[in-house]
Amino acid sequence: MSEGNKSEHKLTQLKALEAESIHIIREVVAEFRNPVMLYSVGKDSSVLLHLARKAFYPAPLPFSLLHVDTGFKFKEMYEFRDAFCKEIGANLIVRKNEDAIAKGMNPKDHGVARCCGALKTQGLLDALEEGGYDAAFGGARRDEERSRAKERVFSMRDEFGQWDPKNQRPELWNIYNGKIHDGESVRVFPISNWTEMDIWSYIREEEIPIVPLYFAKERLMVERGNLLIPYYEETRDQLLEGEEPKMIMSRFRTLGCSPCTGAVHSDASNMDEIVIEAAAARRSERETRIIDHGSNSMEDKKKEGYF
Amino acid sequence: MMTEFNFELTKEIELLRLVTVGSVDDGKSTLIGRLLVDTKGAFEDQLLAVRKKKGTEHIASAAEIDLAMLTDGLSAEREQGITIDVAYRYFATPKRKFIMADCPGHEQYTRNMVTGASTANAAIILIDARNGVMPQTKRHTHILGLLGISHLIVAINKMDLVDHDQATFEQIRAEMDDYCAKQGVKDLICIPMSALDGDMVAVRGDHMDWYQGQTLLETLESLSVLENDEQAFRLPVQLVNRPQTAALPDYRGFMGTIASGTVKVGDAIKAIPSGNTSTVKEIVTFDGLLEEAFAPQSVTLTLNDEIDVSRGDMLVHVGNETSDSKELTANVCWIGDEPLTVRKKYLIKHTTQSVKAMVANIDFRRDIHTLNKDEADELAMNEIGQITFKLMKPLHCDSYAGNRTTGSFIVIDTFTNNTVGAGMIV
Repeated sequence: MSEGNKSEHKLTQLKALEAESIHIIREVVAEFRNPVMLYSVGKDSSVLLHLARKAFYPAPLPFSLLHVDTGFKFKEMYEFRDAFCKEIGANLIVRKNEDAIAKGMNPKDHGVARCCGALKTQGLLDALEEGGYDAAFGGARRDEERSRAKERVFSMRDEFGQWDPKNQRPELWNIYNGKIHDGESVRVFPISNWTEMDIWSYIREEEIPIVPLYFAKERLMVERGNLLIPYYEETRDQLLEGEEPKMIMSRFRTLGCSPCTGAVHSDASNMDEIVIEAAAARRSERETRIIDHGSNSMEDKKKEGYF
Repeated sequence: MMTEFNFELTKEIELLRLVTVGSVDDGKSTLIGRLLVDTKGAFEDQLLAVRKKKGTEHIASAAEIDLAMLTDGLSAEREQGITIDVAYRYFATPKRKFIMADCPGHEQYTRNMVTGASTANAAIILIDARNGVMPQTKRHTHILGLLGISHLIVAINKMDLVDHDQATFEQIRAEMDDYCAKQGVKDLICIPMSALDGDMVAVRGDHMDWYQGQTLLETLESLSVLENDEQAFRLPVQLVNRPQTAALPDYRGFMGTIASGTVKVGDAIKAIPSGNTSTVKEIVTFDGLLEEAFAPQSVTLTLNDEIDVSRGDMLVHVGNETSDSKELTANVCWIGDEPLTVRKKYLIKHTTQSVKAMVANIDFRRDIHTLNKDEADELAMNEIGQITFKLMKPLHCDSYAGNRTTGSFIVIDTFTNNTVGAGMIV
């Protein structure tokens, strides 16, 4: 744009989304006693954390980061998490459902739903209760899944952390109602209005550091149906019969637990190429997440307290 | 592939917030499905999950998809075949990104429509060409006018079922023109279309050559989104930034989202309600200092004088201030289960401040069918009326017609904590 005052007073859509998210994050800090930011080390968490740093600059983050760890995350995620939190001076709290982990909970023997329920949902509920948090930020987006399309930015949860989709507070303008009763809490989703494409474009524009697994390279993978499952020597016992690992040029569109997250065939090894690939994608990113498959699984899990 | 993608062009993409109203019978799900499919706002696996016949791996036409299944996200909705709640959809073209609030058209429509329309720049109202302008269409139009939606697009759908007849379209257009003129709607655009065939949605098709206007998507891409540029500067303060670190021991920054207008370094500023004045020292962001900032940016301002400012205060330009009153008159859409009654006390949240309020008077209830002003002693769910509140302390605000951000508020029930009303200051 070369001329005219008006064009100077236009925000790009990413900057408009950024401003909205910062507004939401600041409202929560103003109205809640003890907020915490859930940090899953993935790309959406990385954007959320970046927005939070912007919101309070030049002050440090006024809340801690909480990673509900299942013990099944990729080792690259742990390395990235620890190095990045140290670099930016964030206070990181890591919590696990130690009880279930001690009993050997895993998706192969107990099923994906039970494993997620114990390690993620229960792990999260326990950690929130232990910390006494009345508000927890999460990086969920409405474009991810159809039940999420109906969720509010301020998502009310009862004393059991449960979501009641039929009884949600209307949200008007940019005025958020943060009033809750003792024992209730709110999950807050500042990037509700972002799409996967927005996330990648913003990471590229802002040069936000992300876990290297998002970039394509030759990796040891096992092909299972449509999915590419990363192979590690330590988890050789999780192979199914007839499966053999081989080197495949691949990357991850989303990151979850290693036994349940697939990679995709890709040559996209830098942010430009990732954005171009996202723009051309025909299938949604959730397809690589085993937990979402099944008719209502996300909605059911959310009712129980999942993000 | 590499050559097709232009990163420079993506920097020009603007955001447009939309609301769609109408019932499933008007073909709303088909239209939304059509927009999502034609702009690639829905992925193949999401479409395959809602296809009518299992087994196919590719979707050849929109007719193969159960589009209502795509939009009804909750299991209760799919079981009962109804739409319960506002759903948000996202799609983009090379020029714009759209956030679309999709509102159910039947019961509780006011509550859902007000929610979806509160943030919208533009609205799409669906009309079934066979039925013409229905009472419901007028009610929707009235509510959208009340909420100050600047652009109203009337999608006159199912033209394929009236033989693409121009006279039918012109008759509906004339009726809407007439009605909207009375409602104070600024910009009305009527488009004939067939969402089922896709005519005039993303492509023109070849059935309605008599219509010279833009397609729906072209219209959405070209609507003006500049609303706040000429308005007075308003910054409701969200928080005071006091890092109190070794490097920044005395730093005090005022954090907030600019509700309207622009602010420059050196501008003379007044803090309301204290009335203290100062000048802008710096406009601080994570990306560096700015010389100038404008709505809706989220910024932090530092001032040249130490004046008392806290959350709930508003920063404005000296000489261009908000009005202050302990009495507040507003159009209120009631969305709570319990009706609003005279003398009942509520909490009002306006920008970043909350004040206790008592209903002093129900000036009138608007009959949504006749638009008459009726006498009333309560306002029940989904009803709209003009209410006068008495406030515990003055609210610094503007009229909604002048400023959608500083002219709006929500009403909170102090017992349940629920949001029970949406207010637009007269």
